[in-house]
Amino acid sequence: MSMTLFLILCLNGVQYGMLLFLIAAGLTLVFGVMGFINLAHGVQYMVGAYLAFFFVQLTGSFFLAVVLSLGAALIIGLLLEYFIFRHLYTRTHLDQVLATFGIIIFLNELAKVLFGPATLSLSPPELLSGSIQLTETLRYPVYRLVTIFIGLAVAVGLFFAVSYTRVGMLIRAGATTPEMVSALGVNIQQLFMIVFGVGAMLAGFAGVIAAPIFAVEPGMGDNILIVAFVVIIIGGVGSIGGAFVAALLVGLIDTLGRSLATMVLSAVFNPSFASQIGPALASMLIYILMAAILVFRPKGLLPAKGANA
Amino acid sequence: MDRPLILAAFIFALLLALPLLLPLFGAAYLTGLIIKAMLLAIAAISLDLLIGHGGMVSLGHAAFVGVGAYAAAIGLESGIEDILVLLLITLAVTGLVALVTGTLALRTSGVYLLMITLAFGQMIYFTLTSLAAYGGDDGLTLWNLATLFGSDVVQNGAGLYYVVLGTLLMVWWFVHRLSRARFGRVLRAARDNPQRAEVMGFAVKRYQLAAYVIAALIAGVSGLLTVQYAEFVSPALATWQRSGDLIVVVVLGGLASRNGAILGAFFIVIVEEVLGSFLHEWRLIYGPLLVLMVLFAKGGLSDLFAPRGTRRSAH
Repeated sequence: MSMTLFLILCLNGVQYGMLLFLIAAGLTLVFGVMGFINLAHGVQYMVGAYLAFFFVQLTGSFFLAVVLSLGAALIIGLLLEYFIFRHLYTRTHLDQVLATFGIIIFLNELAKVLFGPATLSLSPPELLSGSIQLTETLRYPVYRLVTIFIGLAVAVGLFFAVSYTRVGMLIRAGATTPEMVSALGVNIQQLFMIVFGVGAMLAGFAGVIAAPIFAVEPGMGDNILIVAFVVIIIGGVGSIGGAFVAALLVGLIDTLGRSLATMVLSAVFNPSFASQIGPALASMLIYILMAAILVFRPKGLLPAKGANA
Repeated sequence: MDRPLILAAFIFALLLALPLLLPLFGAAYLTGLIIKAMLLAIAAISLDLLIGHGGMVSLGHAAFVGVGAYAAAIGLESGIEDILVLLLITLAVTGLVALVTGTLALRTSGVYLLMITLAFGQMIYFTLTSLAAYGGDDGLTLWNLATLFGSDVVQNGAGLYYVVLGTLLMVWWFVHRLSRARFGRVLRAARDNPQRAEVMGFAVKRYQLAAYVIAALIAGVSGLLTVQYAEFVSPALATWQRSGDLIVVVVLGGLASRNGAILGAFFIVIVEEVLGSFLHEWRLIYGPLLVLMVLFAKGGLSDLFAPRGTRRSAH
């Protein structure tokens, strides 16, 4: 195993981690602040990817498509909040699971009807399509590097927004005692709507930037949703910092695990056994990590203070 | 006689009589459909023991159906053919898996329990996909099916129908007795107020773990019979979407109601069949239907049969 390959894997892991962070950030806020379990968050990622595909076809410009997709993802998120989610905040988790499960079924099927069941692909914009020489032996696609920087920028922005702005303060206060915040004259309904809209937009944004890297297909949000849940459990529900650390951890472990598990195993067991068990073990690593975290640190690595979920 | 028993007697009498009436309609297809619904009902009753009585929402219950199915399929592939022996293998394997995962999972509760069961479910799913010798991702078609003391009575349509029906009846009765016994009362007390149940001297976690394992065992039996019915086994049995479907059945039927689970299972299978027959994209209707049901019909199907005034509000 060469150093170059290892570095590429690490970069891929970080890049996957950033994508996970964009999804998990919205999920953890909605979950932590409203105590609302939104299975449909993953499908909003899929919606983002399809929107990007649609708007690129329509306008021919990737950057214009990004802006339009973000706006559309926000509107779709707000509509879902207004018509459905708003009525579920005070319900049991079971009701929330069921209703959002229904939304997944609907949107997955809708994507299949509108765009066909086949996998679509989108090429990255001309400007970012090349690759760049990082070290003497290592070239890495510009687009993937850019997504890493975007993820970092969003993380910093969110961190400051939650820690130092008035809305962020209200979000943290609302997570602890929503009744008190509401009694102080804050429109908690509106606050929830803002949190939800931003979360939906971030998930959509993740879908948009993932579109040129992964395949765009119906159901693409389902698996990443589960991974995003793993991320927020590991990081601690309601905690942006925790989501960031956990997303990186999960991204790296998953990416490295998939490439290295078989190799590591074949050092101990015979090769055919290793090649059979390796991939399965690699897929399981993050779930094993999550189970371990839940058993030994049930509140996650960096729990938010006073989160009520 | 109380109302649930009358309704159950009616349901089972109907199911018992159906094969006699079915030749009028074109049997094989309908028999298959009803067997499918009954298999779903068996798994749903077991999940209802967890969710309805125990308040433990598991999003990984289908994994136990998968474990049971694979235990049976691997037994069949290695030459074990008697259904009773296969049943013992299925119960042993599912029980062991449930005991280990349950011990860890029940250290948490609420949403965290939902997540960790999901995680264990995914781990089991990926384990099943890695069984290359038994078809891996694609699953495995079984050329030999289970026999009962060497006879193939548990294989053909009518025979299998009554085996599945008998199992459903036994599971119904068992969970019914269990929920009326002290075990069920402790479970519900722990659901409503774990601290109080603990203070009253009940080892709450132990009761919950027992319920978790029992639910898994029943789901495993449903898996065994699914193999026998479908003559095919694949990891698709254990996806988290399947677990979601099971939750839909349980909630649709009404929580802590065995009749509800049966009605819910039949409702889902029929809706899928009817909607699917005139609209290929039936999920476009099914999805919003679920949302509307949550928003407007809180007590589930079995509430429609409950006398006025005793209807439950949202749980």
